[in-house]
Amino acid sequence: MTEAGTFQTPSRSPFAGLMSGTAGPVIVVVAAIIAIWYLAAVLLNTPFQRDIYQRGGIENPPLAQLVADTLSQPRPVLPAPHQVAEEIWKTTAEKSITSKRSLVYHSGVTLSSTLLGFIIGTGLGIALAIGVVHSRVLDKSLMPWIISSQTIPILAIAPMIIVVLNAIGITGLLPKAMISTYLSFFPVTVGMVKGLRAPEAIQLDLMKTYSSSTAQTLWKLRLPSAMPYLFASMKVGVAASLVGAIVGELPTGAVAGLGARLLAGSYYGQTVQIWSALIVAAVLAAGLVSLIGLTERVVLQRMGMAR
Amino acid sequence: MQPQPADSAARSVIDIAKLSLTFETGDGPVHALSDIDLNIGAGEFVSFIGPSGCGKTTLLRVIADLEAPTGGTISVNGMSPHEARLARAYGYVFQAAALYPWRTIAENIALPLEIMGHSREDREERVRRNMELVDLDGFERKYPWQLSGGMQQRASIARALSFDPDLLLMDEPFGALDEIVRDHLNEQLLKLWAKTDKTVVFVTHSIPEAVFLSTKIVVLCPRPGRIYDIIDNPLPRDRGLDIRETAEFLKVAHRVREGLRAGHSYDD
Repeated sequence: MTEAGTFQTPSRSPFAGLMSGTAGPVIVVVAAIIAIWYLAAVLLNTPFQRDIYQRGGIENPPLAQLVADTLSQPRPVLPAPHQVAEEIWKTTAEKSITSKRSLVYHSGVTLSSTLLGFIIGTGLGIALAIGVVHSRVLDKSLMPWIISSQTIPILAIAPMIIVVLNAIGITGLLPKAMISTYLSFFPVTVGMVKGLRAPEAIQLDLMKTYSSSTAQTLWKLRLPSAMPYLFASMKVGVAASLVGAIVGELPTGAVAGLGARLLAGSYYGQTVQIWSALIVAAVLAAGLVSLIGLTERVVLQRMGMAR
Repeated sequence: MQPQPADSAARSVIDIAKLSLTFETGDGPVHALSDIDLNIGAGEFVSFIGPSGCGKTTLLRVIADLEAPTGGTISVNGMSPHEARLARAYGYVFQAAALYPWRTIAENIALPLEIMGHSREDREERVRRNMELVDLDGFERKYPWQLSGGMQQRASIARALSFDPDLLLMDEPFGALDEIVRDHLNEQLLKLWAKTDKTVVFVTHSIPEAVFLSTKIVVLCPRPGRIYDIIDNPLPRDRGLDIRETAEFLKVAHRVREGLRAGHSYDD
């Protein structure tokens, strides 16, 4: 062995390069999930498949045929990944966006009320937090209600919000958005209360020596300090908004939206349709959260707070 | 700059009489300050020195209206500390630079000017002048984390000076810095004081720093926090770092040390 050889890094496994980035680990996890999913699909769909064989008088079919059949049932207990992928492809790429059978159309419906509810919820959350931080009375009187509001199951209260708002003539996007608001204002309030209280005593004393007004202290110190907290809670809030929008679509009779697809799917036992709506909802949520993550990066960078 | 009138030293900026401050805590009252009598004249450089817990920072915070006394009287520029704070009578430099991380150095120095409603041109002119004063020109667009601790503290001094208060209150501003940087900043601070004719009240726990900087040294001792000794520093106003080797300097330093030792209780 040469002298230099002792300083060489130990020979790396051929997979070391693959696993060093983010792509490698993500691919491995996705592959594992898909493998488990296929296995579960075969196991869960086998009992029904055996019933079919029995009724058709087929005895002891070969294993390969059993597996192939369990993965191509029209209404399986658990659809196989490729069935879901095929359904998503058919209902997005192969349908016009305006079609009632297009998942893009339904996603758009859900997304619009998600975003409207999220914007109202974030605004409400920030306003409540500003009130709570500046007034002891509001802190003592509002905070318990804010917290207890989240202990009510959203599934119980959602139909009532829809019905009540419909009764006073508010229909369409807003009632669904209110449910998103109901779910998303909470993390923003809690995060912003913490964020607006984040400045250190010394920074607040500094503002006091300038005899700065409460509004100036809020604008020049508390709000900038709270930015990292705001983005963290907005990530939670936007995901909750999407859940709220979907839940809000359930009691409306399921006309349009991802919630409607879920409900219609369960009415007619269309498990493939349910699963594809679920997957699209998950992708949508991931997209929204990473969009906020991206905004966070840009904003904090421009504020000079990201190094 | 206008020449100082002869009687300027007589004009009192801070008058404190029989001042006391007691904190009520769960374990009973804590006498942070007791029976403080002190006058600080215009243009003086006064140091508060004492062991931790002697109330030197508390006394400075009372002058700044960041703490309220529970007894006695105090006036700043002939007003109550509260009125003086509302009149923006003083600039305060804290132990830490406390620069806002989302603001550049120039924006940090402009912060008090924005709050006090100075025009944009005036802000720019004052920021430029004060950054020059603390030797930070060229760092306008840097963010605080891009500067060393000493430079950050210089920026915080420029920020305190930006709105040109006559009174500068400094709470152990160089306490967290290493010896060499501290020496350098002490020298710069003296020059700055000579140039601007401000009244400075300076809290420290370093004897050489107090003796080197001050025209008057106030020695405090703890439990209860009170003034043990007030020393008028005979050293000339115009002094360099080498003065610390002279016999006169050592004599003053010795008196301060004696005061600290005598006032300190070793029973804990």
